[in-house]
Order: sequence, then C-alpha cells, then structure tokens
Amino acid sequence: MNERMARKASTWILDGNHAAAQGAKLSRVQVIAAYPITPQSPVTETLSEFVEGGGLDAEYIAVESEHSALAVCTSASMVGARTFTATSAHGLAYMHEMLHWAAGARLPVVLACVNRAIGAPWNVLNDQQDSISQRDTGWIQIYARNNQEILDSIIQAYKVAESVYVPIMVCYDGYILSHTEMPVDVPAQEDVDRFLPPYRPHTILDPANPKNYNLVTLANPRVDAEGVLCHGYMELRYLLQEALQNSRETIIKVGQEFGELFGRSYSNMFWEDRLDDAEVVIVAMGSLAMEARVAADMLREAGHKVGVLGLRVFRPFPKADVAKALKKSRLVVIFDKNISYGLEGATCSEIKSALYGSSVNVGIRNFIVGLGGRDIKARDLVDAVNKSLLSMKEGGLNKEYPDWICDI
Amino acid sequence: MGTRDCQHICGESSPAIGEAGKTGEWRDSFPVIDQEKCLPVRQNKPSCFLCWLYCPDAVISKTIPIQINMEYCKGCGVCAQICPAHAITMVNEEEFCPNGTDEGF
Repeated sequence: MNERMARKASTWILDGNHAAAQGAKLSRVQVIAAYPITPQSPVTETLSEFVEGGGLDAEYIAVESEHSALAVCTSASMVGARTFTATSAHGLAYMHEMLHWAAGARLPVVLACVNRAIGAPWNVLNDQQDSISQRDTGWIQIYARNNQEILDSIIQAYKVAESVYVPIMVCYDGYILSHTEMPVDVPAQEDVDRFLPPYRPHTILDPANPKNYNLVTLANPRVDAEGVLCHGYMELRYLLQEALQNSRETIIKVGQEFGELFGRSYSNMFWEDRLDDAEVVIVAMGSLAMEARVAADMLREAGHKVGVLGLRVFRPFPKADVAKALKKSRLVVIFDKNISYGLEGATCSEIKSALYGSSVNVGIRNFIVGLGGRDIKARDLVDAVNKSLLSMKEGGLNKEYPDWICDI
Repeated sequence: MGTRDCQHICGESSPAIGEAGKTGEWRDSFPVIDQEKCLPVRQNKPSCFLCWLYCPDAVISKTIPIQINMEYCKGCGVCAQICPAHAITMVNEEEFCPNGTDEGF
C-alpha cells in the first residue's frame, strides 16, 4: 500500500445531494449561504443540520434569495472564509450577476449546481441548460458522472479554486444523481485535511489595512495614489482569461494528488473509455457519460469499434486534449442535454472548435436529448449512433442543425 | 513595462486622495462661492458647513472661508443645492474657461 494513501475511508450509501454536503463538510467550509430550490434543497438542509448539530464549525447564513446567497459567499470569501453555496435552474439564473462578481473579484467560491431544466414552461427535472447558460461568467465548470465524483470534485474544487483564484461550479444531474443513492467512499477528515490546506486569500479586507476592492475601474490603466501603474478594466479581464487558460495544469495536478491519496485519480480533463481503437466516439457530459459506456458495450457487441469521451471539465475547455483524443476516430456523435438556440448543443460547438485547425477531419453528428427530464436510455444512444453511421454511409452526415431525440 | 507590476488580480486600491484618478477632469460645471452670503464667513465662526458635510468627494474644507479642491471636485452641484444661504452657484466650465484652463479661479 502506498504510504501516502489514505487509510480510513468508509463506504456509505448516499444520494448526490448528501455526497455534495459531505464534500463541503469534509472541506471544512466556514460560511454557507444558500436558498432552497428543487432538486438542490437536501444539500442546504443537510448542511444546516451539520452546523446546527455541531458537526460542522461554520456560519450558516439564511438569505432571502440566490442572489443574496452568492453575495454573502463573495463577501465572506473576500474577508478570508472558505465558502459554499448550492443551487439549481432558476436559482442559478438569479445568481447570474453575482457569478460575474465572484469571478471578476477572483474569489474561490465553490458552488454545487444540481442541473435542472429552466422555464418556461415550468419543469423541475433534469437537463444542463442552467449551468450551460452560465458558461461565460468566468467560472470553472466541472461535471460529475456519479455521486462519488460529486464528493471528490467538491474537495478538489477548493484546492484548485484557491490555487488559481477562480470560482468553481461542480455540476451534477438533478434526480438522476441528486436523488439516487449509490455507494460512495467517504474519506476520513484527517486525510482530507492532509490534502486540502486552509484557504489563503489573495487579498483580504482588514480594518487595520483598509483597501477598496472592485472599485470603479476605467478602460485604461492609471497610476494609483502610491504612484503604481494599475490595471484598467481590460487588463483585469485578461488576467481572468489567463487564469482559466492556465488552470488546466492545476486541475490535473490536483486530480493526480487526489488519486495518490485516495486511490481515485482525476488526472485528465475528461474520461476516456476505449478510445485507443475507437472509430466511433460518443461524447456526453454528466451522468449521460456513464449511460454512454453501456451504449458503447452494446455497440461493441454488434461489432462496432466504439469509445466514449466523457466531458468532465467544460471550462476551461480542453481543446488540445480533445483534438488529440479524437485523432483516430472517423465519427463523433455528441449528445447535449442543452441547446444554444439557433445553433446546436454547446458541447458540440466546443468540440468543433477544438478540432478546427487540428488536422483531425472527422464526421460530427449532434443530438439534443433529455431536456426537461426526458428519459434517455443506452438503447436510444445506440439507435442514434446507428443512425449516424447510416448517414455517414449515405453521405448525409454533416447537418447544419442538430437532431432532437423527441416525438415531434 | 505593463500593469502586471501592480500585482493585483482584482480591482484594488488604497483609500487615499487621488485613488480614483484626478476626478476634477470629469467636471463640466464648477461651484462659485459668494463669500458675502456664506454663513461661517458672515458670522465669522464655525457654523453651518453643510457643503462640507454633504460633498460626496470630501473636497470642501471645514474652514473660514471654505475652500474647494478643484483637482478632485467633479462638479456634481450637491453643495449648491444644499447651501441654505444660496451662496454657491454652479457655473459652466467652458463658458468660464473657454481655453479649457482653470485660470481665473
């Protein structure tokens, strides 16, 4: 046994929401502010029970909205606290402004997004439109395929966020994961403490050394009162982009360290399944990436060389890694639980963008699936792949717009 | 020589005069004080000073007579509005200083 390896993990039966709450607790969060929304509510309920019962030494701040919840987290983060919040769908939409503030102020807030469809019309079931709609707020986005990955990703998220000073959204599918129980290895607190050092803020509000933060910043650089040339708005925005560009290395390093200690390695930006000899690659994100593995099994049995690329980190998008992983394939079938209206699924656009200029020339087919909780089975994925293979044979593969797996 | 040397990764400054730049450059009208109407001058003792209290940029001195730091006065006109003796009038900058200079103060 590796000496550095954690020795004390116990296997619990947890649903995704309790796995998220355990992840936050093990990360020793100091301030929690959240507002209940389906299907996220059990996360906040569980955390408030931890705090009330004395098992978690944190401030649980009751707020009147998601906007306030994230405002509390950004403020608390600015004075040096490790903060956590969780939300879904309309709650995340309501946080939209504060998402920009947390990223612009470079505060390592961690947010659990329990993926849920957005109205209209009302729907409480799963798709990924909510977090995809927040793609451009400057947050790192990580998607979990199962409940173990939820817990592991939250602990890793703090280490990454507090290294690169970018907030992180850990996303997992509502109901499919949030309300489904499965075995989860819960590490011992002392092992998590070894992995995750205390939060060191890049800047701190302190009455003894007063500072203005996020003040009105004009377009051009200017000399401050101490005579130092300071960033204009655009320089600060460049630094945020630079931080996300460079965060890949940290995400991988932290994932490897986690693997060394806990035996579950997260050493890649995405999950690879049988890509070595795959001629057809299924791309999916979240729990659907697990379903895709079952579909790949079925297609392999039928004689097709099929692999799966399960997207894990959606921002920063691992362009070069994706292009490399798809190098040998001739058909990529991309399933999106979201749609950028008027174009296609968001992950399809990213994959195409990753391949541009990479010398990888591959057929691409995009399917929009599972919106508003529409059930999507491995069999449906198999049918979609077969349909795509047929189109490829007949020369009608590349379409302007995606196919939808629904009854219209 | 870029702005990286400032070491900030978010908008940051120390509270100090001039931390937001020379805000007087924003001004398009400026306050002119009629000292004969100003209450502290007329009574020759510290009194009123509502302009000092209300100035959002704290550029008015609590002195007799009051003085306004025109390097940082943005010309908002709050002092003129609040003055109970109507001793402050806002004057258009370009009309008063057609060459764009502050000469004449």
